[in-house]
Amino acid sequence: MIKMDLLKRAFKVIISISVLTGIWQLTVLSGRFEKSLLPSPAGVFAGMSGLIKDGTLFTNLGVSLARFLTGYLTAVITGVTLGLLLGWNKSVWSYIEPVVQVLRPVSPIAWFPFIVLWFGIGDAPAVVTIFIAAFYPILLSTVSGVRNVDAVYLKVADNFGIRQPQLLFRIILPAAFPLIANGLHIALGSARVFLVAGEMIGAQSGLGFMIINARNSLRSDLVLAGIIFIGILGLLLDRLIRFLENRIKRKWGVSAEVRD
Amino acid sequence: MYISIVEAYREYSVEDRGRMAALERVNLEIGKGEFICLLGPSGCGKTTLLNLIAGFDRPTSGFVRINGETVTGPSENRITIFQNYGLLPWRTVLRNVELELEARKTDKKERRRIAEEYTELVGLSAYKNHYPSQLSGGMQQRVALARALAVDPEILLMDEPFGALDAMTRMSMQDEIERIWREKKKTIIFVTHDIEEAVFLADRIVIMTSFPGKVKSVIDVPLARKRDRTGADFLKIRDRVFAEFELKTDDEPEYYL
Repeated sequence: MIKMDLLKRAFKVIISISVLTGIWQLTVLSGRFEKSLLPSPAGVFAGMSGLIKDGTLFTNLGVSLARFLTGYLTAVITGVTLGLLLGWNKSVWSYIEPVVQVLRPVSPIAWFPFIVLWFGIGDAPAVVTIFIAAFYPILLSTVSGVRNVDAVYLKVADNFGIRQPQLLFRIILPAAFPLIANGLHIALGSARVFLVAGEMIGAQSGLGFMIINARNSLRSDLVLAGIIFIGILGLLLDRLIRFLENRIKRKWGVSAEVRD
Repeated sequence: MYISIVEAYREYSVEDRGRMAALERVNLEIGKGEFICLLGPSGCGKTTLLNLIAGFDRPTSGFVRINGETVTGPSENRITIFQNYGLLPWRTVLRNVELELEARKTDKKERRRIAEEYTELVGLSAYKNHYPSQLSGGMQQRVALARALAVDPEILLMDEPFGALDAMTRMSMQDEIERIWREKKKTIIFVTHDIEEAVFLADRIVIMTSFPGKVKSVIDVPLARKRDRTGADFLKIRDRVFAEFELKTDDEPEYYL
């Protein structure tokens, strides 16, 4: 049964990609767009296999992933830690919340001028961009996770003589974890969007740089190849975290699975 | 007496309506090893009274004294069991039962031994590595019971513990708690709104009425254990309780002695 299901899904994926490629090819064949404006599927495919064969893809992919992980994990650690403290301390949070609410909707791209001034070029701007994008969802979901811990858990802890810091690690953090995991998922989504953007300023490597570099040498086929790789990478990251999130939720007894 | 509740009064301030009494002055003495049921409709202050004894809440005036000491906060000597169990869903049955022992920093082996012992006592050994979400409501409440007993408190406070269970499971849980009470000789204060449950379990039933919440009367239940839910004596006391709540119509023929 599962095998059939998988086959059916694979079939649908193939159909949808073939139709899209077909339309694309027809548009190219119509001859109304110049080659540098709209590369052909064959050209992009050649570009993709070229990037794979000469290793450019994997070097840049590795660099990008390392930056992504650095920025994302830093955001996880700081966001969860601050979220636990601020969620627990309602009065401090009431002072900090307005600031967070103003800063949160600001796209990390708006910070670019300052990011370059403060962090220069190289890895740092990309890492900082990802950090900014991931930090707020993690912070906010942790705060709300802590504040929504079922009162009965706190009563039980109180009754059983569980005090800080045990209270935090044994009760509050695990109780808030499903909401925190949800925040981590949202953060991953918003951070990966900015993975490439951060590498378009001042970086000399990475997937974002690969695209900028291709644009500068007017290789639109390589630009598109890069875009496709980024899409695939994003999809894989999303599937990975969804898998982890569902495992956590199952263990915590939250029955609703996270789906598309 | 072991537990003395003296002139305990609790009021809350309610927006727009000023102060409202949740519990009128209560005086109640409870002996060690007694099984007491607080019985009444919602709003009668039975949970408020239980929370005062548990130490989750303080009386506005008056006091609760246990063993001569005034209650100022929760203690491991009186463990509360909640209607919605309060189990930690990320811990297995055994790890839930171990919770307090961990906080007390009991040796790991000893902890496991005690947890196994109490899991066995409530008949859940086969499920010791399950998570709460994998268990039925009745089984979850058994875990909560094992977790409370593992602390070895003198007093068990139970806040409508079987309220979320179906009638059949409920009766088997009543049998279970009675057996454990006799075996472990705990003092139990049990909140319920189920008259039969109170008559089946209690040495004394504290009858409470609402708006404002207060103790109306205390009824002795001098029936031998284990009680027969269909016996004539049982029904007689049940009818007395019905009468206390004015739920019994007077023209009913009195066919019992």
